Amino acid sequence: MADLINAFAIAGKAFFGFQAVFFALLAIGLNVHFGYTGLLNFGQIAFAMLGGFGIAISVSLWGLPFWVGVIVGVLAAVVLALLLGLPTLRLRADYLAIVTIATAEGLRLVFRSVSATPVTGGTRGLSAFNRDFIALAPWDTARRYDLLGTTWSGGELWVVTVGWILVALCSLLVWALMRAPWGRVVKAIREDEDAVRSLGKNVYAYKMQALVLGGIFGAFGGMIYAVGTGSAIPDQYQNANTFLAYGALILGGAARVLGPVIGSMLLLFILQFADTGLRSLISNGVIPAELLSATDVAQLRYVLVGIGLMLLLVFRPQGIFGDRREVMLDAR
Amino acid sequence: MPADPAPHGAHAAQPDHTGTTGPAAGATRAEPRRVAQTALRDVPWEVGVAKPDPAIVVDHVTRTFGGLTAVSVDHLEIQRGGITGLIGPNGAGKTTLFNLLTGFDQPNTGTWSFDGRDLGKLSPHQVARLGVVRTFQLTKALSRLTVLQNMLLGAQGQTGESFLRALVPGTWRAQEKANTERAMDLLRRFKLDAKKDDFAGSLSGGQRKLLEMARALMSEPKVVMLDEPMAGVNPALTQSLLGHVKDLREEGMTVIFVEHDMDVVRDISDWVVVMAAGKVIAEGAPDSISQNKAVVDAYLGAHHDAPLTEEEEDRFLAEDQAAERARREDVISSEQGRKRRTGR
Repeated sequence: MADLINAFAIAGKAFFGFQAVFFALLAIGLNVHFGYTGLLNFGQIAFAMLGGFGIAISVSLWGLPFWVGVIVGVLAAVVLALLLGLPTLRLRADYLAIVTIATAEGLRLVFRSVSATPVTGGTRGLSAFNRDFIALAPWDTARRYDLLGTTWSGGELWVVTVGWILVALCSLLVWALMRAPWGRVVKAIREDEDAVRSLGKNVYAYKMQALVLGGIFGAFGGMIYAVGTGSAIPDQYQNANTFLAYGALILGGAARVLGPVIGSMLLLFILQFADTGLRSLISNGVIPAELLSATDVAQLRYVLVGIGLMLLLVFRPQGIFGDRREVMLDAR
Repeated sequence: MPADPAPHGAHAAQPDHTGTTGPAAGATRAEPRRVAQTALRDVPWEVGVAKPDPAIVVDHVTRTFGGLTAVSVDHLEIQRGGITGLIGPNGAGKTTLFNLLTGFDQPNTGTWSFDGRDLGKLSPHQVARLGVVRTFQLTKALSRLTVLQNMLLGAQGQTGESFLRALVPGTWRAQEKANTERAMDLLRRFKLDAKKDDFAGSLSGGQRKLLEMARALMSEPKVVMLDEPMAGVNPALTQSLLGHVKDLREEGMTVIFVEHDMDVVRDISDWVVVMAAGKVIAEGAPDSISQNKAVVDAYLGAHHDAPLTEEEEDRFLAEDQAAERARREDVISSEQGRKRRTGR
């Protein structure tokens, strides 16, 4: 029982941890793309990688201040969004999906390649770029702090604080946009582009704006991840993260402002709880070792998440915050 | 001013609204139908004939898909302020012509203009902003938006639709309120006001048609192009839709519509254009069309009701019998073939 409470506390830390911030920001971006505008971006992680490496390269390679690194990361994400959008947004939705998934994988391979090592650090990546950022913390970052039965380092706490403020600001921005006529146009594009064109709206421009905006959110996510881990390694930015973020979005409810945020927190909680809980059950002998070993747990927890998502889609397709009426509507 | 925002005409929810729109609107209401009809009375019933006051002029427009020429229109003028019916058998190129005129498709050759302005290279939203708005054959209601949101989307020149100004509600609140009032007026006129908060996807097929038309009117268009507005709509609703189309003309709009039901076409159109195999084969007043030989041939095939001479009858009979015999032999030989195959 004490083990389970302990697992609960550790999962609680994951609930608020910087990884949850990371997925929340990715998923907020995907919510703008997919949930509101209907753009199928399957390479959100590419934006995150550019954000993280924007800081890493600017600070540790070029010796620029941290905030300049943030701007570089955002600009890189904007450029990527424009490059992806220019050829594909005039075409059907599937083309963007193909191009983004290829870009995300291709960009990671380029970043980890030997020829890119002088810039990106290759497979080892870059580190030691978040000192300026950690130094901004108003508390002692060398100390450890006990909160609700979990222990946080001062630096970790600072990253998480800034991260959740960022999530709040991004959510606020999405909320402000989506209640305005701009949001109405974007949602209408999701429903039927041609109808929106026939009403005098420049669909291409709106799709591009949405792609850039969501990409910037993704870049913020990558930045939080980079300062959270203290390093930027290309292989951290596997495209599986994009699909986990989609999972979080659907769990929380697409086209809802808080859907991606709560979805990411819950996703990380469930993953961590399954992990710690199963491990403690194995070490206690509750689950016999021949049935399940501790090394299997890492894979099994994703199986559990997968089953959970399937059950969700069967019994609550709208996610936690969604409107069932809306989801069950015929697409036409 | 393209159209009067206040509802009036036969289907107005509050007929006294006309008082607020001034005597000019009242005057155009008094003898609406005659304006376009009178103007078109002396126009000869010829293909490509010049109209007294054309809103849309089409010249040498062709569109081919591979080897198929979908549209090949030499010259066509659409009278301003009238209802022009566009008819023709399936595959005649009516919808393709609509797509070309509204920028949804680009032609291989040709030019066309609206109010003297060349529309050739414009994209759909630019055409719509000039005041040429269309509806679609397969209704495009925006399912997961409410009826009211659908309507508000039609309003033009909204400051809140720009990214940055959307973040400052002060810049668009007043406009949004005015647009909502106008939308509600239109919804009342189309009897959809009770549904304003329902998702458009939950409406019936006919209601979606009404919504699409109302949404198009939100943009205060000068020309309304309706692609089969009555398709799949029950007869009772057809009457109401017809009334709405007539109202558009009474508000001074130019209406072009595609329709298959000849009774409907005869009832409301001032001028009818007939297309077949991509070409305009006839145009004229509605009454002229049913007697037009080219039209009858296009719909029913040439010689469909020409009386047969006795020799012809014998010849056709002989051909029929020969064909029948050949068919029977064919069946027998194929059966024998099957027997041979299965017997082996």
